[in-house]
Amino acid sequence: MNYQPSALGVIIFFVFIISVLLISRYFSKRTSSSAGFYTAGGHIHWSVNGIAFAGDYLSAASFLGICGMIAVYGFDGFLYSIGYLAGWMVALFVIAEPLKRMGKYTFADALDSKFKSKGIRITAGISTLIVSLFYLIPQMVGAGSLVTPLLGWPHWVGVILVGIVVIIIVATAGMASTTYVQFLKGSLLIIFSIVLVIMVLGKGLKTTSYETLAVESYDGSDIQLVAEGKSISNEWKAGDKIFFEVEINGKPTIWSFNKEKMILEETLFITNLADGSILYNGAPKEDERFRQVGDLSEIGGEKNVETGSLGMFKFIGKIKNATVIRWNKVVMMDGENKLTIFYQNPTPGKEVLVTGQKFPVKTGRDKMNFISLMLALFFGTAALPHILIRYYTVSSPAAARKSTIVAIMSIGLFYILTLFMGLGSMTSGVLDLTNSNMAAPLLARSFSVAIFAIISAVAFATVLGTVSGLIVASSGAVVHDLVGKISKKGLSDKKQVSIGKLAAVIVGGIAIVLGIVFKGMNVSFLVGWAFAVAASANLPAIVMVLFWKGTTAKGVVSSIIVGLVSAMTIILLSQTTYDSVYHLVGVKAPMPIDNPAIITVPLSFITLVVVSLITKKKEISK
Amino acid sequence: MLHGKATKNEVDHASKIKTKIGMWMFLLYTLVYAGFIIVTVVKPELMGTDIGYLNLAIVYGMGLIVFALILALIYNALCSKFEKKLNIIDETSVGGAE
Repeated sequence: MNYQPSALGVIIFFVFIISVLLISRYFSKRTSSSAGFYTAGGHIHWSVNGIAFAGDYLSAASFLGICGMIAVYGFDGFLYSIGYLAGWMVALFVIAEPLKRMGKYTFADALDSKFKSKGIRITAGISTLIVSLFYLIPQMVGAGSLVTPLLGWPHWVGVILVGIVVIIIVATAGMASTTYVQFLKGSLLIIFSIVLVIMVLGKGLKTTSYETLAVESYDGSDIQLVAEGKSISNEWKAGDKIFFEVEINGKPTIWSFNKEKMILEETLFITNLADGSILYNGAPKEDERFRQVGDLSEIGGEKNVETGSLGMFKFIGKIKNATVIRWNKVVMMDGENKLTIFYQNPTPGKEVLVTGQKFPVKTGRDKMNFISLMLALFFGTAALPHILIRYYTVSSPAAARKSTIVAIMSIGLFYILTLFMGLGSMTSGVLDLTNSNMAAPLLARSFSVAIFAIISAVAFATVLGTVSGLIVASSGAVVHDLVGKISKKGLSDKKQVSIGKLAAVIVGGIAIVLGIVFKGMNVSFLVGWAFAVAASANLPAIVMVLFWKGTTAKGVVSSIIVGLVSAMTIILLSQTTYDSVYHLVGVKAPMPIDNPAIITVPLSFITLVVVSLITKKKEISK
Repeated sequence: MLHGKATKNEVDHASKIKTKIGMWMFLLYTLVYAGFIIVTVVKPELMGTDIGYLNLAIVYGMGLIVFALILALIYNALCSKFEKKLNIIDETSVGGAE
């Protein structure tokens, strides 16, 4: 898609970002002690802290990713909303109180306080680093997605911009995103999401029709069009789909053949030429031939319908009885060029509102994939290294619990809104097929540039906050858990700080590269992976240390290593990675499933128990 | 990361009962969550059943979110009640941070 930035949007965006940076700087100067740095002194009111908690958690993934995935796949995107919130139940009911009673900030600290083992520190440090990196990728991808429609910049510029700003912030000031900034972002995100949903419902639904070409005859190889003067210049077959190229007004267009209706339906297509240039619907991006889509063709069996404003339930009810034009993608090689065709897939609304478009549950493998995803989301939240830190920013356990409740309330409200923002994008003709992450911002743009700019700025600032928090967490892991434990002499304070800064720059650099490599993937899907790795590597260790007295240091170390390595192996060798990251056309990946948790979480638990039992015996027999 | 305690916690006499409540609520929520997964995997067509304007998938999905909110509120109320009841002597010092 080609986007024209608007002056108003750009001004609002930069004013907002700069004020966020100034507020952060103001508060970061006030928190000079290390306790203040991590816990804001323990004096924050629980309600402020609760919204800040939500601001921390509702990162790019929630706003951009979930809405985008619902916009493209319907209900399957909503699974993430359900799973992310369910994850909070694990954190609240099982992990948070006991961890706070131990008086520790992170799971690495909690593990270490019990065992005082160098091995645990180092493996926990590595695990923190890897999970943070996995969580950084979607944030960076999200940042890149945001700047494109708003500022007209290409994706990679956005990624590098975020990377550099964050590296500068962290390396000079050592800022962790402050509670008040997160509070501001959290509340703005929720308020403007409510506004957006009200606008979606107020506008209601309407149908759209696409161009077709009538076919006179087709005998299995030759096709004859009704319109004179239009001839077929090329033909491709992919599975049971047949595509024809027709030249119209001197420009190539590609059409997919609908045998039942004897018509050709318009497609959108991208050609990656052998020389590296890319054509969108046969022309450079600037020609704007590649347009936004996402429409209803019929509502209640009728065309040319406009519903007017609808209530929340009625809105869903209308979509249930409508036909949604979704777009499927085929990628094939056309000589030296790579051709990606998006063709229409009219889907009954009934099917869009149940599981199946992204995560089908037909074969055994499908089912495993689905269960695995739901498992990772459920167990991932509590195991993310940066999420529980905020639990300690209030004075008493009761206040900590209350802020978690406020967080759950606001996050839950937001997640219900995602369904309406996602379905709104799906049916409002705002989708950019090259990047599902833009669905919600583009939906906002279809209403008002100002709301679009504010929402983008809030989301962008959230990315900045999350990224700097993650980079602080990972550089902390490098300094305290890795370098600090490996070097025998122990490090001076000054040296620790400089290693920390160096680590921040390196992690930031890696995040920039990964953010560019993973461009175009749905950020929520990527976060799903981060959750899977966290749940596999960290959760068994943390749960068993809190609740099983038989746990040994060696058991913890081996369970972290097994969880980490097995989860990453499955992800890196999965079909999605082969297709979307390595860009291999038509290569079958060795791993049968995309989501590792169903295998790796139990594996990590079993490893911990078995190794603990064995090492315990040895210790006793000694 | 830091070593040492984040805040000075008073002795909490309610911690045992709070852990127990947490476990039961976790179990309850896990069962309902698992129910969603099981129905989707075993009988996906059931999820398409109409419920007014909505269908079962959406009602169950939103229900899981709302149920989480309700459980969280009950959990907080119960924990607060037990903290109040069992920690009366410590009441004067509650809320005192470092």
